Amino acid sequence: MSTKEIAGKTVDVNEEGFLTNPNEWDKDIAAAIAVEEGIPELTADHWQVIDYCREVGLESGSAPTLRNITQGAGVPTKQLFSLFPKGPAKKVAKISGLGKPEGCV
Amino acid sequence: MSEENRKIAFICSKGDLDMVYPALVMGWAALGNGIDVTIFFTFWGMDMIRELRVDHLEIAPVANTSMKMSMMGVDTGNLGIPNIMGILPGMTAFATKLMKDKMDGLEIPPVREYLEMLVDAGAELYACKMSVDMFDLKKDDFIEGVIDIVTAGDFMDMTEGAQIVFI
Repeated sequence: MSTKEIAGKTVDVNEEGFLTNPNEWDKDIAAAIAVEEGIPELTADHWQVIDYCREVGLESGSAPTLRNITQGAGVPTKQLFSLFPKGPAKKVAKISGLGKPEGCV
Repeated sequence: MSEENRKIAFICSKGDLDMVYPALVMGWAALGNGIDVTIFFTFWGMDMIRELRVDHLEIAPVANTSMKMSMMGVDTGNLGIPNIMGILPGMTAFATKLMKDKMDGLEIPPVREYLEMLVDAGAELYACKMSVDMFDLKKDDFIEGVIDIVTAGDFMDMTEGAQIVFI
């Protein structure tokens, strides 16, 4: 476990850069991680996904899987993959301040 | 990031319900992790993409040494489903129903929906030309999302640098 400064705040992260305490997350941190992950700006469509992940993640304790997101947030698969290109599973979870999704679908 | 993206290709040669899922599960995981996915369907594997067959895939209990009575909810440890029982009419349908119910409970999508998810996420699906010719099929017999019917040589060309998994 180590700490990292993101958007001017010091947060706990694991070796892959995922926040280990979801309560340390805020919207500025999300935007800063998104930039690191190759998404220069978070739009309302991105936030629809992130807000859903935060809601599910804080309640269940783990990040939703991609299928949970498409079904639960009502975001089609195609759109999810174009909003978070090249590996949405980890990207969405990381930007949402949650751990890696636990589940295969 | 000038390095080339990681690529993985699956060759699906089986149409049994238990054997069609590995490529779907791993393919979806690969796409979720930003890996390019190509799937080549050959021989019985073409059942996965045939409009007529995709919703009717089954698992047979005959000669399946891993299928034990405990899967039917009977706690008998290592006792298998006897082959002689497996040949009774309806046993394949019964085993299939057990597996489908179990998967429904775990919210695992059916094959058709899984393939749609993969295609929407960017996977490329191809049918094997030799198998298509053997089974007297044409492109219209396949579900939407199958890009083309290609030769083994085409497949080799399009998967250069990819990790290949044969199922």
